[in-house]
Amino acid sequence: MSPAFPPLSCTLAELPVGGRGRITRVEGAPAVAQRLLEMGLAPGTDVEVVRFAPLGDPMEVRLWGYLLTLRKGDARGIALERLT
Amino acid sequence: MSSPVPAAATGRLERWVAVLGNPNVGKSTLFNALTGGTARTGNYPGVTVERTVGTLRGTPEGLVVRLIDLPGTYSLAARSPDEMVAVDVLLGRRADTPRPAAVLVVLDATNLQRKLYLATQVLEVGLPVVLALNLSDDARKRAITIDAAALGAALGVRAVPTVAHRGEGTVELTREIVAALDRPAPPTPLSWPPALLAAEADLAAALPALTPLERRRALLDVGGEAEARAHAAAPVARGALEAARERLRAAGHGPGLEAGVRYGFLAPLVTRCVTKPAVAPPTHSDRIDAWLTHPLFGTLGLVAIMTLLFMAMFAWAEPLMVLIEEGLIGSFSTWVAGLEVLGDGLLKSLLVEGILAGVGGVLVFLPQIVILFGLLALLEGCGYMARAAFLMDRLLRGVGLSGRSFIPMLSSFACAIPGIMATRTIESRRDRIATILVAPLMSCSARIPVYLILIGAFVPAATVLGLLPLQGLVFAAMYFVGILVAIPVAFLLKRTLLKGDTPSFLVELPPYRFPRARVVASAMWRNGREFVVRAGTLILATSIVVWALGTFPRHPDPGAEGRAEVARFDTAQARAAELRAIERAAQEQARALGASQPPAVREAVEEAFARFEAAEREQAASVAAARTELLEAAAVHAVGAQQRQSYLGRMGHFVEPVFAPLGWDWKVSMAVIASFPAREVVVSTLAVIYDLDAGTEAESETLRQRLKDARWEAGPRAGSPVFDLASALALMVFFALCAQCASTLVVIRRETGRWAWAGFTFVYMTALAWLGAWITVLIVRAVT
Repeated sequence: MSPAFPPLSCTLAELPVGGRGRITRVEGAPAVAQRLLEMGLAPGTDVEVVRFAPLGDPMEVRLWGYLLTLRKGDARGIALERLT
Repeated sequence: MSSPVPAAATGRLERWVAVLGNPNVGKSTLFNALTGGTARTGNYPGVTVERTVGTLRGTPEGLVVRLIDLPGTYSLAARSPDEMVAVDVLLGRRADTPRPAAVLVVLDATNLQRKLYLATQVLEVGLPVVLALNLSDDARKRAITIDAAALGAALGVRAVPTVAHRGEGTVELTREIVAALDRPAPPTPLSWPPALLAAEADLAAALPALTPLERRRALLDVGGEAEARAHAAAPVARGALEAARERLRAAGHGPGLEAGVRYGFLAPLVTRCVTKPAVAPPTHSDRIDAWLTHPLFGTLGLVAIMTLLFMAMFAWAEPLMVLIEEGLIGSFSTWVAGLEVLGDGLLKSLLVEGILAGVGGVLVFLPQIVILFGLLALLEGCGYMARAAFLMDRLLRGVGLSGRSFIPMLSSFACAIPGIMATRTIESRRDRIATILVAPLMSCSARIPVYLILIGAFVPAATVLGLLPLQGLVFAAMYFVGILVAIPVAFLLKRTLLKGDTPSFLVELPPYRFPRARVVASAMWRNGREFVVRAGTLILATSIVVWALGTFPRHPDPGAEGRAEVARFDTAQARAAELRAIERAAQEQARALGASQPPAVREAVEEAFARFEAAEREQAASVAAARTELLEAAAVHAVGAQQRQSYLGRMGHFVEPVFAPLGWDWKVSMAVIASFPAREVVVSTLAVIYDLDAGTEAESETLRQRLKDARWEAGPRAGSPVFDLASALALMVFFALCAQCASTLVVIRRETGRWAWAGFTFVYMTALAWLGAWITVLIVRAVT
């Protein structure tokens, strides 16, 4: 796969509903980062934003065929490359 | 304590097997299917984790296999003492549980890649492992096929597909568990980078007292529970861990090391053993979620479901509570009270007012507990609980809690006890304790009689703005007082006593499923039974203590005044009876004379005599009624006389200065103390102290009148009314905020594992209650 232009880098929190990306890096407080990684939000994983809660936070994402909710604050520590 | 070695008495061999799995994989259902409902639930001392042990069915003759159900978890990386329980059980580090001979890991067959993460961690514990690939019917429905044999072979274990709720695969699983007992632990299939192995070798030299698993967890879980244990084990641990971590960093390994190694191993394995459609079609779940987590309809749905839950706890429980209180305990008390054999002494009083009242105080909570846990099991079982938490998280985060606290808080409006028990779904211990500590501030149903009687007596039945009833507004205000106070309390707790890492709100939304009737029924049964057995005894003890305080020292003759009153009445009535006898003689004479008169006159005389007899009967009846009333009043007065000079009464006098700024005399103070077992007791205590039949309570016009008529007996305010609007509102605010509920405190102790939290709750709530009542008095006095 050779995209015509380099994929956009952003964090998971910045993706709109329906947006997809491949995780490149996971950062945050050790405990939080470890939990995110354990839940499968690890580099190389594709994730898709499904929806946001009524007050805009937390967010719901799909990865590996299951649904996970996380707070935007934690999602800001997850860097990814946007997939289209 | 059970022993892992042969039970000498029976000659049978007892072995233990730990059951571990992620949340929402049907672990409890599988556990029930394997043990056939033999499970017994308890608590591990010092932590908030439930301990469930059952016996595996279908084992060979002479072998007993105990299954111990460990809390659902995604990982062995423990971040709290609660999460450490699973690690400790696996390592045999708990005195209450023998080291298991094998581990059963329950997985969700629809999502093996991620669920196998935990399994790879368990493979490093050094025990033989059996995998249950549960929910394999769901996997089939989604056209996912799993080569269980190849998967097991790659991991060095046996993997058995199961459908727990239909019992599919349990026979084979049981066979594999028994076979695994004597198998050696499989070697780890993972390849760890040399830097990690070298770092672990260094740690092994520095921390020989820890097991390899504990050392690995201490190294990888920064700030975790194993690290804390390493620090406690040896003073060199801090330096050794720092050096080992530095070594990893120097080799280029970051926090993603463990996940990288495990998922790096699992990805190709799952690709090889699992085939699934390239694009998963949208499921029923997705379509339901489009509605139930929709910003507008989802919120409306949440309101509707929570209203139903709330109404159920209030409305459905009400008739059952009445049945228990009046039908069961009430009629039994009446029967006991009527037993001649018991006499009228202390024994009867202890039975009726101490023990039966205490038993009633326990049983009366059962309907709400059983209904709430049934409904929660339904919501949890169908997958809605995680959605409710998702919808509410943002609101509760404002006070430092998470969406998980929502349902326990809401339930506490009906009753704090099931609410506190429902906090078990909160994973973070700090959040859980913070929720437990503020839950009793929500106005529960036991406060309603207190509010009703005081509002009825002291709040004028006026309307505000010509529309809103003032009494209703005050009633609603009492509910808001609790909520308004809970917000800063939770906020402060999360910043002081329960300070720590903000736990992330990382919640899996499981697919919607039909809840299993068995699971719902078992949740209702377990929680009800547990409450009665574990909290019940202490609640009963409290009730007996308060009975003793109100009963001793004995009044030499509490009934004396009442008897004198009855005697005066009887003397007066005897005089009246003499008069009536004279009157009757005169009437009969007149009638006899009339008999010889012409028919018209005779008829008139007979008629007059009939009128006389009717009047006589009426009078006799009203005298009898007056006497019954007098006897009842005398009995109540006797109870009041006894209580007034009991230890409880003396305590009331003793604490009167404390409550004087709130405008209460010693009688109210005493009623407040007497209501320690349960708030609603204050109503009947006030009634007794003000010499009223305790049975009349909230609806009673007379109690309201009595409260209005109550006067200060002594002091600067002697003769003036005890209750005015200010002191009545103060009493309501006090009861809105205080912790006058022994059952709640007992349940807090049980759920947190420490009396200190129950004590803290009592102290902070009582202080807040006093402060709130005092501020109320100041404001009302200033305004009126």
